Amino acid sequence: MNAQTKQLPKPPGKLKHALTFVIVLFLLWGSAVQTEASFGRLISGIPNMWDLLKEMFPPNWAYFDNIVNPMLDTIRMAIAGTTIGAIFAIPLSILAANNMVRSPWVYQIARFILNLLRTIPDLLLAAIFVAIFGLGLIPGILALAVFSVGLIAKLTYESLETIDRGPLEAMTSVGASKLQWIAFGVVPQILPHFISYVLYTFEINVRAAAVLGLVGAGGIGLYYEKTLGFLEYDKTNSIILLTLAVVLAIDYFSTKLREKLL
Amino acid sequence: MNRNRWLRWLIVIALVLIYVWTFWDIRFSGIKETAGKITRSIIQGIFSPDWDYVYLPDGEDLLRGLLDTLAIAALGTFISAVLCIPFAFWAAASRNKSKALSGAGKFVLSFIRTFPEIVMALLFIKAVGPGSFAGALALGLHSIGMLGKLFSEEVENMDAGPTEALIATGASRLQVLWFAVIPQVLPGFLSYTLYRFEINVRSATILGIIGAGGIGTPLIFALTTRHWDRVGIILLGIIVTVTLIDLISGYFRRKLA
Repeated sequence: MNAQTKQLPKPPGKLKHALTFVIVLFLLWGSAVQTEASFGRLISGIPNMWDLLKEMFPPNWAYFDNIVNPMLDTIRMAIAGTTIGAIFAIPLSILAANNMVRSPWVYQIARFILNLLRTIPDLLLAAIFVAIFGLGLIPGILALAVFSVGLIAKLTYESLETIDRGPLEAMTSVGASKLQWIAFGVVPQILPHFISYVLYTFEINVRAAAVLGLVGAGGIGLYYEKTLGFLEYDKTNSIILLTLAVVLAIDYFSTKLREKLL
Repeated sequence: MNRNRWLRWLIVIALVLIYVWTFWDIRFSGIKETAGKITRSIIQGIFSPDWDYVYLPDGEDLLRGLLDTLAIAALGTFISAVLCIPFAFWAAASRNKSKALSGAGKFVLSFIRTFPEIVMALLFIKAVGPGSFAGALALGLHSIGMLGKLFSEEVENMDAGPTEALIATGASRLQVLWFAVIPQVLPGFLSYTLYRFEINVRSATILGIIGAGGIGTPLIFALTTRHWDRVGIILLGIIVTVTLIDLISGYFRRKLA
C-alpha cells in the first residue's frame, strides 16, 4: 500500500509525440510539394491581389438592380431544396434510429446510406445534375435536396435515440397502435429539434446555393463568372456584398427562431 | 391561449405564402429529354467504372488527382490552424478584456466564415494563377472563420486555476503560456483541426471546378466530354477517400478526447 502511493505516474512517452510530430511535418512537406506551394509566388502575387482589391472598390451600386432577381432565385432554391430534403429525411431518420427500428440490419443500412449522401459535396452533385437535367434551378434544387436529406436525417436520428422512453412505454401499455405511438409519443418530443435542424440546414443551403450557379445550376453564382470574365471586379464586389448581407440576415433570423424553439 | 392560436395561424399563413412564392415560378418542364438516358449511363458508369483511369503511368489519373486533393486540404488546414490562433485569443471573452474587443473579434470571424471558399479561390487564382496552391490558400483563409470560433470557445472554457497558480508563484508570461495555457487547449485545438481537415477534404474536391486544383478538374472535364464511366470512377474515388479520411480522423479525435 505504502509502496503504491509513493509510485509516481509514468510520464507520457516523449518518443511517441516526437514521432507524431515528424510524421505530420513530413505529410505537410509532401503537401507543399504536391501543391507547388511557394512563398515566392505568394509574395509576388500580393501586388496582383492588391490591384484586384483596388478595382473592387467602390462596389458598383447600380449593378444591384441586375442581381436582386438572381438572389431571390438563390433563396428559392434553398427553400425548395431544404423542404424536399426535410420530407425525405423523416422516414430515413426513423429507419436509422435504433430505438425506432429493432433490426440492426435496417438501421445500419439506413445509416450507411446517410453517410454516403453526405460524402459528396453539393457543388459536385449540382455539376452532375446539370449534366443530367440541363441548366436552371432544378439541378440546384435537387443537389441541395440530396445533401439536406443526409444532414437533417443524421441530426434527427441522433436526437430520436435520446428521447424520453416514459411516454412511449405508457402508450404501449395502454395498447396504442404503431401510428398513434409515433403521433403522440414520438412527434411531440422530436418536433422542435427537427424544425431547428431544418432551419440550420436552410442556413447552410443558402450559402451553398449562392455558389451553385458556378456550375450552371441557377441563382446568383452564375454572375460571378459573368463579371469576372469581363474583368468587372466592382460588379463582382456588389455580388459578394449582397450575398454577405442576405446570408447574415438569414442566419440572424434563423438563429433567433432556433433559440425560441429549444 | 387565444394569442397563441393567432400566432399559430399567422405562422401557417406566412409559410403558405413563402411556399407559393418559392414554387410559383419554377418551371419543371425544361428538363432535357435525355435526362433518363444520362442518369442510366452515370449509374452504369459507377457500377462498371473505367478502372484503367485509376493509375496511368504518364500524367493525369485518379490517384494523382486524389493525392492532390488531400494535399490541398492538408496544407489549407495547416495554414488556417496557425493563422487562426491570434484570432482565437482576440475573440475569446475573458474577465480582463472589454466585451467590445472580443465582440469585434467574433464579428470578424463570422465575416470570414460567411465568405464562400469557392469565391475566395477565384480571387486567389487571379493573384497566384490557377492550380492547387490557389486552392490551398483559399481553404486556409476560409477555414480561419470556423477554426477561430471553435478555438476561442476552447480558450473561454479553460480552467483559470493553473494560470493563477503560476502567476502567484511569479512565473513569466511565457512560462504561463507554456505550462498552463498550452497543455489545456492543445487537445481541443488538435481535435478541431482534424475535424476541419475532414471538411476541407470535401471542399478540396470541388475547387477543381473553377481551376484551383484537385480531383474536381478531371471530373468537370469528364462531365463535359460525356465520359460517363470516368465520371463513375471519379465519384467512387471521392466517396472512398472521404469515407476513409473520416474514419481515420475520427479514430484520432476519439483518442484526443
